Amino acid sequence: MSRVLVIVEHQDRNGVPALSRVSLEALAAGQHLAKQLGIECSAAVLGEGIAPVIAELSGKQLAKVYAVEHSLLKQYTADGYLHALEQVIRHTNPEFVLFPHTYQVRDFAPALATRFQQVLISDVIAIHEGPAFVRQLFQGKLNADYRPVASLPGPCFVSVQAGAFRGEALEPGTAATESLAIDLTPAQIRTTPSAPFRESAHTVDLTAAPIIVSVGRGIREQDNIPLVQALADALGAELAASRPICDAGWLPMERQVGSSGQTVSPKLYLAVGISGAIQHLVGIKGSKTVIAINKDENAPIFEVADYGVAGDLFEIVPALTKAILAAKS
Amino acid sequence: MKIIVAIKQVPERDAQLAIAPGGKWIDDADLSYTINEPDAYALEEALQLKEKNGGEVIALCAGPERVASTLREALAKGADRAIHILADDLAQRDTLSLAHLLADAVRTESPDLILTGLQSDDLGLGQTGVVLAELLGIPHATIIMQVETTPTGLRVKRELEDGFFQHIEMPLPALLTIQSGGNKLRYATLMGIKKAKTKPSATLPATASTAPPAIELTRVYLPEKQKRTQMLAGTPAEIAVQLVDKLRSEVRVI
Repeated sequence: MSRVLVIVEHQDRNGVPALSRVSLEALAAGQHLAKQLGIECSAAVLGEGIAPVIAELSGKQLAKVYAVEHSLLKQYTADGYLHALEQVIRHTNPEFVLFPHTYQVRDFAPALATRFQQVLISDVIAIHEGPAFVRQLFQGKLNADYRPVASLPGPCFVSVQAGAFRGEALEPGTAATESLAIDLTPAQIRTTPSAPFRESAHTVDLTAAPIIVSVGRGIREQDNIPLVQALADALGAELAASRPICDAGWLPMERQVGSSGQTVSPKLYLAVGISGAIQHLVGIKGSKTVIAINKDENAPIFEVADYGVAGDLFEIVPALTKAILAAKS
Repeated sequence: MKIIVAIKQVPERDAQLAIAPGGKWIDDADLSYTINEPDAYALEEALQLKEKNGGEVIALCAGPERVASTLREALAKGADRAIHILADDLAQRDTLSLAHLLADAVRTESPDLILTGLQSDDLGLGQTGVVLAELLGIPHATIIMQVETTPTGLRVKRELEDGFFQHIEMPLPALLTIQSGGNKLRYATLMGIKKAKTKPSATLPATASTAPPAIELTRVYLPEKQKRTQMLAGTPAEIAVQLVDKLRSEVRVI
């Protein structure tokens, strides 16, 4: 009997489908939860032509690998995944269903939980004894423990935030594969997706930048952007921004850092007027040093910063620019 | 096209939050509230669709008395009607129970399209729209940047990860969750504010929750720090000197 079921995703790696990094992390979360509860952990994978992913999964410490091959699952649709996974879950009857918290999972998992009269506990950052699932509230200002109500039937659905668990912590082993046949017809799929595309190649590659100065809502208006640009210039840094700045059109979208923008790993990330919403912080996890300037001393950015300044950026940034230029000359 | 926009009222972004006695929610006595930002983009998309294709925009919100101000603002921006589901027990309801409330109100209206923000700024579960579509039995798409009508329904642009996008075609009725930034938000005009007072607004009682919640929020607390942040203090000039010292001797970027 398999009690934790991890639904994984795969992506193309040099023409071969392979487990995505966040799926490895979700598997690690599944193993962690199963160990905590003394139960078994299994995985399920959907798609067409997924033999390489099944082979990859069978080398992990899992009770079983459930594989669903179907031509209608080659390209993701919410309807296809909902019909397929509903059948997988009814067949495997798990206590917990874990997902990586991806855009794809956000698209179908809430409805999947609804089919079992459950509510997805989304974007979980840690799993404590109980189990209590920890997630963030108010853009990361507070944490909350969520628990499934024990008296209810049906599995508890949980999605795991990128970077919350370490894919390298995944235990190797051998797992048997069980192919599941599911009923799915073209008429059940109501949407017609096109192939993914990019608007334009990233003309600004922030991923390789050694120094990034990044600006957020605290800058208040577009006319103040040159203040931060001057600081970036003084440091020889790339200028980046959090989502609201790009949404407002104050900086181009290609300079956005975070879950919907670029993921960066600079030597220095200097965050100016950025409060540190989860969607932004996942994009800067690889930074070696984070310095944050923000007026609110309780801003979540200070939870991940090495050095913090709680103060008025309109006073501190010009002073810092001046001091850097003086130090360099 | 008849469009319902489901909106949520949330605490202002820079609100100072304090944990309530009992540790299960925040102390909401003195908070100021505003429209959830992604929902403001959903409203904007609805108003633009109406301007292009004609039809009606209905703003829908569940919550206590105070949410009436957010509905009034939606009317001032151009929504034709408002529906307020008067519910004082939102904190006791989970996503499924709330979505049932919204679904009941939506069913009586039979709209062509339902729009809502992709997630809320307070709970951030990002699920209400998808669950609502499931309860209504209609197709949905999430994290949408653009909406166009086609002879058979809609063609939408969905945001994916790593700078990718995708077009999806779907029939109506449908539900979309809207991403921030797809449009420029409008302000309410003086004329709009004046007009809002004469627009119809219905208040519906919330039906009692039929099922117990499936998940429970058991504790709210300040996050543990992941790093030991060294806070620097002083005058701006003093702070600048300290930072330059760190940049030179520790970060080594100068």
